[in-house]
Amino acid sequence: MVPLSWYLIFSAALFSVGLFGVLARRNAVAILLGVELMLNAVNVNLAAFWRYLDPVKMGGQVFAVIVFAVAAAEVAVGLALVISVYRQRNTVVADEIDMLKW
Amino acid sequence: MTSAQIIFIIVAFFTLGSGVMVVGTGNLIHAALWLVSTLFGVAVMYALLNANFLAVIQVVVYIGAIAILFIFAVMLTRKEIRDQGPQLNKGWWLSALLAVLVFSGLAAMLWGWEGMSRTAAEFPSGFDSMSELGTALISPNAYVLPFEVASVLLLAALIGAVYIAFNRK
Amino acid sequence: MNFWTDPLKLAADWLVGLLVGWGVAQGIAVGIAAFLGILLLIALLMVVDVLLVWVERKVVARFQDRLGPNRLGPWGLIQPFADIIKLLIKEDITPANADRVVYNLAPILSMMSVLILWAVVPLAPSMLGVDLNIGVLYLIAAGAIGTLSIIMAGWSSNNKYALLGAFRQVAVLVSFEIPMVAVLLIPTIFAGSMGMNAIIQAQDIWYVVLSPLGAIIFIIAAIAELGRAPFDMGEAESELVSGYNVEYSGMKFGMFYAGELLHAFTFGGFWGILFFGGYRFFGLEQISPFLSIPILLTKAMIGYWIIMWVKYTMMRIRIDHMLAFNWKFLTPLAFVLLMVTALMNALLQRASPWLYAAGMLLSNIVVGWVILEIMRRFSRGERARVEDAYQARMETARH
Repeated sequence: MVPLSWYLIFSAALFSVGLFGVLARRNAVAILLGVELMLNAVNVNLAAFWRYLDPVKMGGQVFAVIVFAVAAAEVAVGLALVISVYRQRNTVVADEIDMLKW
Repeated sequence: MTSAQIIFIIVAFFTLGSGVMVVGTGNLIHAALWLVSTLFGVAVMYALLNANFLAVIQVVVYIGAIAILFIFAVMLTRKEIRDQGPQLNKGWWLSALLAVLVFSGLAAMLWGWEGMSRTAAEFPSGFDSMSELGTALISPNAYVLPFEVASVLLLAALIGAVYIAFNRK
Repeated sequence: MNFWTDPLKLAADWLVGLLVGWGVAQGIAVGIAAFLGILLLIALLMVVDVLLVWVERKVVARFQDRLGPNRLGPWGLIQPFADIIKLLIKEDITPANADRVVYNLAPILSMMSVLILWAVVPLAPSMLGVDLNIGVLYLIAAGAIGTLSIIMAGWSSNNKYALLGAFRQVAVLVSFEIPMVAVLLIPTIFAGSMGMNAIIQAQDIWYVVLSPLGAIIFIIAAIAELGRAPFDMGEAESELVSGYNVEYSGMKFGMFYAGELLHAFTFGGFWGILFFGGYRFFGLEQISPFLSIPILLTKAMIGYWIIMWVKYTMMRIRIDHMLAFNWKFLTPLAFVLLMVTALMNALLQRASPWLYAAGMLLSNIVVGWVILEIMRRFSRGERARVEDAYQARMETARH
């Protein structure tokens, strides 16, 4: 049987990889890719705790479903913002979007 | 090493490897495709956890919609077909250090917890997680309020995204 | 359990016994038997796929008042094999600046997304790949992988027309998934489960009688999901030079083409499973799987024939009309139908099956009638507006 620790270590590792992606990438879309990795890691964590502690209480799975909805909403709005910024400034490099109004 | 453990190790390495390729590759389209394989690995993880509704929803929502949204966004925000410039910013070694610190911090915090070596709790017989999930999502004693709030959030995100990205000619 | 009622289990048990007798561990022997079963199913599907090419060409020929292939073999049956040999011996070209890995992966993913659908198709009451209790959602998930393969094909071809065709096709696919999900919930409500086998077992009255509007919306959304005419934006031959598969030749194109035909056949099968009773036919399926498989394949072939009929009769719809049709007509209709079905199901839950069927059919007819009235009024308003504009132009032209 797979012990719970393996799932938690896996999700911590995926979270750190996503964190590196958010902090170290220049392109705004690539930063959002890192955020997606972090959200997925958290979801795996929630599902693992649901399964291993008490599968009768559906709180873990419900939380994971709500996180799905929140992640989808955040990606949609985030990418719409990135596209809108690209239309205005003609760049998506996060370092170059540093002035409010030019 | 039971077969479940071997399968878990294979899937975990596949997913983590794809995750590293997402943040490490220079070509942004390839990064989006590596994200697809990462999301697929996470879906297999859900299936290993007997959360099969979550696994299928992961494929439908994440791979079928969000990953495609990413690919469209990458294609629409580039000046020329090839990627230009370095893909990592100047302080990337600091970010790598921070990521390693976060991971070791989480692992160290979990190490002292007594529940770490737990094995899976048993499903009670006749337990249908799908119908229980459906009941939990709409039952007033359970989670109907977060469910409705999430649907309002999705409506707000839908309207907001259309408005922000609308191309007024 | 003898040969007539359960041949596959008999063969699997014999094989596992043979392997265990040779000294293989039990788990690995079961795994090998399962793997061979999957290979057998895929091999049979590919043979069906080849015959589907012949069926398609004969049917399109008859629709166009000609004969179709009739030179090679009796009734032209050898023709698709000749086609495959031709595709296999063609030169394997990859465009110069194309993304090699993604370019070669796209047709494989496209074929894969069709083959994995057959894991949940019940061929007999006890014969199906895996009895998922979420079989209906699995359909949508496999469609999502197909969508991904089209984007990969369009992008990696390094060709503007391929990219444009892929964008349009994916916009259509993603849009038409929504009415399809809404309509797929209707057999779920009737059967109380999302599993394909459970839906078939619960169809004492075919669901097409309980919800004909649902069946119609499903087949429209399915034709859009397949990327076939009248929704074939991705391969509009006269507009986009064959769209996302313009740079593909040889067997890679063959995989896209054959995958599309098999996908159409599979969705004909799902239409039969969800709305026409699947492998059930007045109790014949209890006798033997050798009867239930032809019943299912016959229903799949009838569904496929209807899909072909629509393809070779209707013109292609313009992309903005296609998306307007989905978002302004089909999606609201699917959601209204879902709500009405759920309401009637809650009201009529304890009624007898005949009253339930009559109530559902009546509600469907009412919804269909209301939709037709709304459309009639809308088109009358449109026609009045166009005629007024015409009259105004004639007046100004006369002066």
